[in-house]
Amino acid sequence: MAAGQSAVEARGISKVFPGGVKALDDVSVTIRENEFFTLLGPSGCGKTTLLRLIAGFEFPSAGEILLHGLDIAHLPPDRRPVNTVFQHYALFPHMTVAENVGFGLRMQGRPKGEIDRAVDQALALVKMADYGARRPSQLSGGQQQRVAFARAIAPRPQVLLLDEPLSALDLKLRQAMRGELKTLQRETGITFIFVTHDQEEALTMSDRIAVMSAGKIQQIGAPLDIYESPVNHFVADFIGDSNFIEGAIDTIKGDAAVVKTPDGIAIAARMNGPHKAGDRIAVALRPEKILLGAGKLKGEVREAVYLGTSTSYVIALGRAVTLSVREANDLSGKARFAVGDTVKLDIPAGAARMLAD
Amino acid sequence: MRQPVGHYPGLRLWTALFFFFLYAPMVVLVAYSFNVNKLAMIWGGFSTRWYVKLFTTGGIGEAAMNSLLVAVIATCFAVAIAIAAALVLVREAGFRGAGLSNALISMPLIVPEIVTAVATLMFFVMLKNWIGFDLGLGNIIIAHCVFCIPFAFMPIRARLQDMDLALEQAARDLYADAWKAFRFVTLPLLMPGVVAGAMLAFVISLDDFIITQMISGPGTTTLPVYIYSMIRNGITPEVNAASTILIAVSTALVTVYWYVSRPKKT
Ligand SMILES: Nc1ncnc2c1ncn2[C@@H]1O[C@H](COP(=O)(O)OP(=O)(O)O)[C@@H](O)[C@H]1O
Ligand SMILES: [Mg+2]
Repeated sequence: MAAGQSAVEARGISKVFPGGVKALDDVSVTIRENEFFTLLGPSGCGKTTLLRLIAGFEFPSAGEILLHGLDIAHLPPDRRPVNTVFQHYALFPHMTVAENVGFGLRMQGRPKGEIDRAVDQALALVKMADYGARRPSQLSGGQQQRVAFARAIAPRPQVLLLDEPLSALDLKLRQAMRGELKTLQRETGITFIFVTHDQEEALTMSDRIAVMSAGKIQQIGAPLDIYESPVNHFVADFIGDSNFIEGAIDTIKGDAAVVKTPDGIAIAARMNGPHKAGDRIAVALRPEKILLGAGKLKGEVREAVYLGTSTSYVIALGRAVTLSVREANDLSGKARFAVGDTVKLDIPAGAARMLAD
Repeated sequence: MRQPVGHYPGLRLWTALFFFFLYAPMVVLVAYSFNVNKLAMIWGGFSTRWYVKLFTTGGIGEAAMNSLLVAVIATCFAVAIAIAAALVLVREAGFRGAGLSNALISMPLIVPEIVTAVATLMFFVMLKNWIGFDLGLGNIIIAHCVFCIPFAFMPIRARLQDMDLALEQAARDLYADAWKAFRFVTLPLLMPGVVAGAMLAFVISLDDFIITQMISGPGTTTLPVYIYSMIRNGITPEVNAASTILIAVSTALVTVYWYVSRPKKT
């Protein structure tokens, strides 16, 4: 797991493109050595731009990028011990697989014997040992992906950058590759910076995630922290599903507070930030954390949608609040409630989380 | 009558007429270059005597050598300049004046050739009068190089525009400096465009008459200029033979151009 040492550190990075698009706005983030770090956010939020700044394909408008403490923000890509796995692989079509994989070492001027050994090793690592003589055009998408990966790790970079490397694969292959990439990262010990807009990918593979939106980092944390303790509306909404409930803080007792909605529904929530009683606040509540069948609250089932392993309900509490609730189906596989039923429900202490905005 | 959508009656006839006017004169010319008879318009039987005569009388050999020399050197320079121009205009499309430069580089294709020819003549006369600059055949090479550039440029630019920028970035990412990325990735991938551009430039240079005629003098005669001078003595079978050779060379090169530049299935 993550050692304390920082591999890449971005300090106050801004990037304004000619034409005035501000792709990154004062971004600071520290990526630790040997870490699987993910930049997660919707399309257009600046993930690729941040990656390209680290690779050296773009230069920042402001701020610095440190690699093991040295500022590399203005070095060309060939002077940075950082390699990239491109979204569409960018394999050289006029070279064989082995020539592709050996390209980096060849450009570094390494002796031929060493290059051949490293190529064999890298191809074996991605289970493509028998494909060295082929051309990229003779490979399937998944195989090209493996070659792109082998080519990027063959020169043993200090940091590997991956820009949505799985997005061009079909679903089954994508899911299989997640596990493989994670294993490869552990085996090579290289720091990975992985870009994706797919929250499931981010949650399953990462040591830590930076959630981005509109050129800014919204939250950095382990998958569990991001999912369980989203700091703001955007993160709670983008990662998984959330109910958002607005109200005012009624009472505070240590870390626990009670938030009351305008029509008097009381919800226990964890404190987050310096608030006092009376403050208007929004809380986020995950659908699967709400318990049905018992509790102080009462609601009416408006919708019930069968999802296979679970059932998703929309339940109205009074006039102003509707909650989406998810409950695992029992052994018979049937949903416990039907549209029109009145159900009791319980929001356990700690299930609801106060948001900063 | 049932006709597929997109069928327009009568167009086939027009097309046939077009092909007739395009190729009938050439067919006649080629046929008569193999005519035994001295009188060009009367068929007397097959013979290659005019080809023999063409190559045994002086002048044509020298003209052919000049043509070849001019075409080869002009093509090399034109291609090198065209590659540089394409790299700048396609890869750095953001720079000020890119649009203007793109327009300027294809101007020679639009300006009437006789205008270019007169301008070129004046240019060289001025150079000679002012600073005594006169390279003889070199002048022709310079002029050819200039009007060949747009022809070399077009297929190279097209190829470069189709090329994924990520490939060059991948090369830079893998420790190739700018020059090595060009040498090992950009240039090999650009090669079909370069070959196509070179073929076009070569044919254009080989076939040029108007500009060359203006600036050529004794000892710097090229093949088209030589053929024209032969016509002053009437259209002889030797003229037909020389023209046939030009047609053959041009056709061969255009065939290579077509073969190289056609889209490949991968
Ligand atoms: N070369 C560029 N020129 C101008 N705008 C750009 C350029 N590259 C990216 N952008 C803009 O910057 C923003 C962030 O883009 P990007 O980093 O590619 O987002 P993401 O990878 O998260 O989808 C977008 O609004 C995009 O249009
Ligand atoms: Mg992107």
